Amino acid sequence: MAAVNMVQALNMALRQEMEKDPSVVILGEDVGRDGGVFRVTEGLFEKFGGERIMDTPLSETGIVGAAIGMSACGLLPVVEIQFMGFIYGAFDQIVNHAARLRSRSRGRFTCPLVIRTPYGAGIKALEIHSESTEALFAHIQGLKVAVPSGPYVAKGLLLSAIRDPDPVIFLEPARLYRMIKEDVPEEQYTIPLGRARKAREGKAVTLISWGSMLQRTMKAANGFDADVIDLMSLSPWDAEMVLSSVRKTGRAVIVQEAPKTCGFASEVAATIAEDAIAYLRGPVLRVAAYDVVLPFSKLEDYYMPGIERIKNKIEEAMRY
Amino acid sequence: MPEKSIASFDVKRLEILDEEGNADKTLMPGLSGGEIKHIYEMMLLSRAFDERALQLQREGRLGTYASIRGQEAAQVASAFAAEKTDWIFPSFRETGVQITMGYPLYMLFQYWSGDERGMKCPGGLNVFPVCVPVGTHLPHAAGAAMAMKIRGEKKAALAYFGDGATSKGDFHEAFNLAGVFRAPAVFICQNNQWAISVPLSRQTAAGTLAQKALAYGFTGLQVDGNDVFAVYKAAKEAIEKAKSGGGPSFIECFTYRLSDHTTADDSTRYRPAQEVEEWKGRDPVKRLRLYMEKEGLLDGEFQKQTEEQAEKAIDEAYHKMEEIGPPPANDMFAYTFEKPSPGEAQQMREFLG
Repeated sequence: MAAVNMVQALNMALRQEMEKDPSVVILGEDVGRDGGVFRVTEGLFEKFGGERIMDTPLSETGIVGAAIGMSACGLLPVVEIQFMGFIYGAFDQIVNHAARLRSRSRGRFTCPLVIRTPYGAGIKALEIHSESTEALFAHIQGLKVAVPSGPYVAKGLLLSAIRDPDPVIFLEPARLYRMIKEDVPEEQYTIPLGRARKAREGKAVTLISWGSMLQRTMKAANGFDADVIDLMSLSPWDAEMVLSSVRKTGRAVIVQEAPKTCGFASEVAATIAEDAIAYLRGPVLRVAAYDVVLPFSKLEDYYMPGIERIKNKIEEAMRY
Repeated sequence: MPEKSIASFDVKRLEILDEEGNADKTLMPGLSGGEIKHIYEMMLLSRAFDERALQLQREGRLGTYASIRGQEAAQVASAFAAEKTDWIFPSFRETGVQITMGYPLYMLFQYWSGDERGMKCPGGLNVFPVCVPVGTHLPHAAGAAMAMKIRGEKKAALAYFGDGATSKGDFHEAFNLAGVFRAPAVFICQNNQWAISVPLSRQTAAGTLAQKALAYGFTGLQVDGNDVFAVYKAAKEAIEKAKSGGGPSFIECFTYRLSDHTTADDSTRYRPAQEVEEWKGRDPVKRLRLYMEKEGLLDGEFQKQTEEQAEKAIDEAYHKMEEIGPPPANDMFAYTFEKPSPGEAQQMREFLG
C-alpha cells in the first residue's frame, strides 16, 4: 500500500476498472495524449488506446449528449468536463436527458454514466474555474452527486460511481488533488454512494461537511468534542447518520464552500429542523462562502470559509 | 503567392417520383411490388392514426398532439429503409417513423394521452422515447453510433428532426462529433419549412440545409421529401454506407407541414392559406397512389381494404389503451433510480398512506 494523492487514486480507480470491464470508456477534452489538464487520465491512452480514451472536440453538449447515447447502447462512459464552470453548456443534456432517461423510457433505456469534473476555489485559477454549484445538481431528481474529500475516499467512491446503474455527477475538489497523500490499497474497494462517514467521533457538537471543506473542518474541530461527518454523497445523502449524531450532540454546524443561500447546507439544516428539532440545544448554524459572485484569485482566501470562521461558528454553537 | 480556390462543393437534390405519379426508371431504388404496397399501407395507417389522434384530441381524450400530415413519405420511406435493430432517435413529430418501425399503436395513444408507459419501447426495437426539447437528441444518436462502432455492431443510428433543430447548438455538436469519429449515424431532417411560426428564412441564411453537412466532413443530400422513392433511396444508401464504415450522412427531406404545429397552435395566424393549398397538391400519399395505379399495384379493392385495415387497427389500439387504463399512481416513484433513494422511499410510503 502506497501513500498517493487524489489524482493518483482516481487514476488507479479508472485504470483498474477499465482493465476489469471492457465497456468502460473515457471521453472528454485533452483526456487522451495529454492525460487531462490535471493528469487524472495520465497513461490511460497509452494503455487502452484512442477508441476507449477519446479525445473529443471542444463540445460539452456533444460530449455529455454522446455519452448518454453510448450509455444507452451498452457502454459505461466516464466523461471528464475540464472544469465545472464549463458544465453548463451540457446542463440541458444532464437535466433533461441523463437524469430522465430511465423514467421517460420506463426503465427500457438507462444512463449508467459518470461525469467527473474538478471544482471549487483555492487553486488561483482564472475566472469561472472555482465555483461550487453542487446544489444545482443535487436538486435534480434522477442524478446522483458524489464528492470525495481525499485520496482513499476518491478511489472507492469513483468505483461505485462507475458501477452504478444511474448517472453520477462526480465532483472532484481541485484544491485537494495534490494537497494530501493517504495510504490507498492497490486492490479494488468500493465506498457506497448515498452514505456518509464519521471522520471523527465526539459528543458535544456535530460538524457536517464534504469535499474540500472537510480538511478545514477537521482542523477547526481541534479542541472541541466534535462528531465530524463527511457526507461524501449529496444525492442521495445520508440523513440518518446526520440525524443520529445530532440527536446525540444536540448541536449542528454545517460547513460548505458554496455561497450560503440555497446551498446544500440549507437542505441539511431543514432536515435536522424537521426530524431532530426536539434534540437541539440551539440553532443549526451554517458556515458558507458569502452570497457574492466569486472573486478573482487575489480575494478568494477571504471568500472561502477558513478555519477561523469555522471555529467561531463552533464556539457560537457551544454557547447554547 | 496567388490567391486560389482550395475547396469547392456540390449539393445534390434527388427527385424520382413526380406529382402525377411518374417515376424516373433510371433512378428507381430496388423495391418489389410487395414492398411498395407495404410502404403505401404504412403511409395510410400513419395518416389515419394522425387523423384519429386529432379527432380524439378535440374530444378531450388525448392531450396535445403534433400532426405529421404531409410528411408521411419522409417518415415512412426512411424508416422502411432501416432494420428493426437499428437505433431510432425521434423528435415529437414522428408517428410515421414509429408506426413503420413496428411500434405498437396503443402505446402511441398512451404517450399522447399522458401515460409515460407508452414510451417503454418493446424488446426487439430500439426506438428512443420522443424528444421534446428541439434537437437535443441529436448528440444521443451520435453517441449511440460511436458506441456501435466501438462495440463492432453492424447497426446504424437514425436521428429525426426538423428544420428548427438545425439552428440549435446540439445539431452542430452532434454533426461535428459524428464527423470526427466517422460514426454510423444517419441524420434525417424533415425540412417542413415552418418551426411553429418561424419560416425557414429565419432559421438560416444558407441556400439549403443539406449543405451544412459539408462543413462537418460528410455528405448532405436534399431529396424531395414528398417522394417516397427519393427518400427511400437516400436513406437506404446512407444506412448501408454507415454500416460499411463510410461514416455519417445527412438527408434533408424538403417537405411541408400541412397541419398546425400542434393541436395547441393556429397556423392561420402566420401562414398564407395559398401556400398550404399549393402543398396539398403535392400530397405524398396521393402521389404514390397514382404511381401504383399506373403500375397495376393498386385498385379500388386494395385501397378499400387498406383503409379498413388501418381503421380497424386504430380502433383496436385505442380500445386497448382504454382497457389498460391510467397507470397506478405509485408508478411515478418507480423510475427515478434503479433503487429508490431513502428520501424517495419515505415519500412513497407517505403517499401510499
